[in-house]
Amino acid sequence: MILQAPRYTQQSMVDPAGPKAAMVDHFWHFLIITASIVTAVVFITLLIALFKRRRPVEPQEPAVHRSLTRWVSASAAMTLVIIVVFLVLDFRLGRAIATVPAQTPLRVNVIGHQWWWEFQYPDTVPSNWISTANELHIPVGRPVLLNMSSPDVIHSFWVPNLSGKKDLIPGHATETWIEADSAGVYRGQCAEFCGLQHAKMALLVIADPPAKFNQWLTASRAPADEPGDSTAKAGKQVFLTAGCSVCHAIAGTNAGATVGPNLTHFGSRLSIAAASLPNNRGNLGGWVLDPQRIKPGAMMPPNGLEPDQLNAIIAYLEGLK
Amino acid sequence: MRPGIATRALTVMLAVATLATAGCKREERRFREVPPAADATTNVVMSTLQPGPSVVSVATEHPYDKDAFAIAQGQRLYVQMNCAGCHGLAGGGSIGPPLMDAKWIYGSDPANIFSTIVEGRPNGMPSWKGKLSNDQVWQLVAYIRDMSAQHRKDVRTSRTDDMAAIPDDQNRNRQTPRPSTNAPSSTKP
Repeated sequence: MILQAPRYTQQSMVDPAGPKAAMVDHFWHFLIITASIVTAVVFITLLIALFKRRRPVEPQEPAVHRSLTRWVSASAAMTLVIIVVFLVLDFRLGRAIATVPAQTPLRVNVIGHQWWWEFQYPDTVPSNWISTANELHIPVGRPVLLNMSSPDVIHSFWVPNLSGKKDLIPGHATETWIEADSAGVYRGQCAEFCGLQHAKMALLVIADPPAKFNQWLTASRAPADEPGDSTAKAGKQVFLTAGCSVCHAIAGTNAGATVGPNLTHFGSRLSIAAASLPNNRGNLGGWVLDPQRIKPGAMMPPNGLEPDQLNAIIAYLEGLK
Repeated sequence: MRPGIATRALTVMLAVATLATAGCKREERRFREVPPAADATTNVVMSTLQPGPSVVSVATEHPYDKDAFAIAQGQRLYVQMNCAGCHGLAGGGSIGPPLMDAKWIYGSDPANIFSTIVEGRPNGMPSWKGKLSNDQVWQLVAYIRDMSAQHRKDVRTSRTDDMAAIPDDQNRNRQTPRPSTNAPSSTKP
């Protein structure tokens, strides 16, 4: 089954979109270019040695012996210098990417679940606390400090265009930071094997200009819209009475469970099923009826809904902008 | 004639292969249940008393009785659905009755436990009908039976997910179920 993925910038480590990824990218290019030059020199020397006309020499001849010793010592010294330069630069890079920039960062809690990402935007006012899933909204030009944890197994946060990998470990808090230079949608992926659906545990980082980001933040703090038409109203009823509300929360209704993703503003999301499918009617219908076909082993069970119930619940969920 | 070394080696290898294959069943993962097992609600008979001529009731076979994966999933659901809130994290009981002992108020059969979860019981046990899929209820049943060590030892896990004050699953003794004549605890403190 080929799944059409949502639109995003091509996921690439060598196409940095933030200062942290750029530092890693520069160092990586330096390593590759230096290593290529060294390899080229070695192979050229080998080829010269192979094809050079041999002339009979006495190995014990002092002049030849001295010349050879000089060559070998010079190569060994050069190798050592290159390795020390690599080591120093690597150490400096490690320090630089581990240090959060001085600017006040935005704090986001990242929780890795089997097999989806939860992003919480904490606030001193409890009612402003947001929980969203699989799509991390960040402002452009401001570092974002990610406090990471996992309730089940080890996951790893990796958005190649923005930052390297950092593990999410059960019972042990970790943190990292990312920053985007330009607006865009960047794909990320769980980088530590975490079970059956590890491959479909993706995320999207949506970087917006600060004004647009603040607008999103304010909108996300509001409870869900009341359904407008009768189909969506029926959908809300299905959501609250069928099994959905046992795991999912929608702010503004009685559903407040924290087992599955929070669906308060589900309709405004680009993707479903941890960024494995674009968010549209067809995909959502298929997912609600039988998630085990799309992600075998996922925690959501198949739901035997009647056609009109399914229609209603899709209308309700897609209307939660 | 004594068997040669090759014959003996082959026998040992065959024995190991047979044992290993038998072990595979333990971790079988079924993500979508076949319809008969998924429809077990209607097969549960709680009482031998019934109107009309007597019908021989057939005990429902528990689909997950030899499945370690299902027990683990059940354990996860037990916490996520907050069963632990009343029955205690390892089934030790608090405002709900304990589940790791030998006493069974509403029956110890897998089918009895299934219907207790689906229908709910007086004095606080909610009905999970329509809230959990039958699959998930069966997984819960598997874990609840595991708490009093009803499964075969090799099916049970030798490690617990969390720190616990009780021995791990494999090293707990089986509690032989006995029906309880006590009425379920009322709302009295």
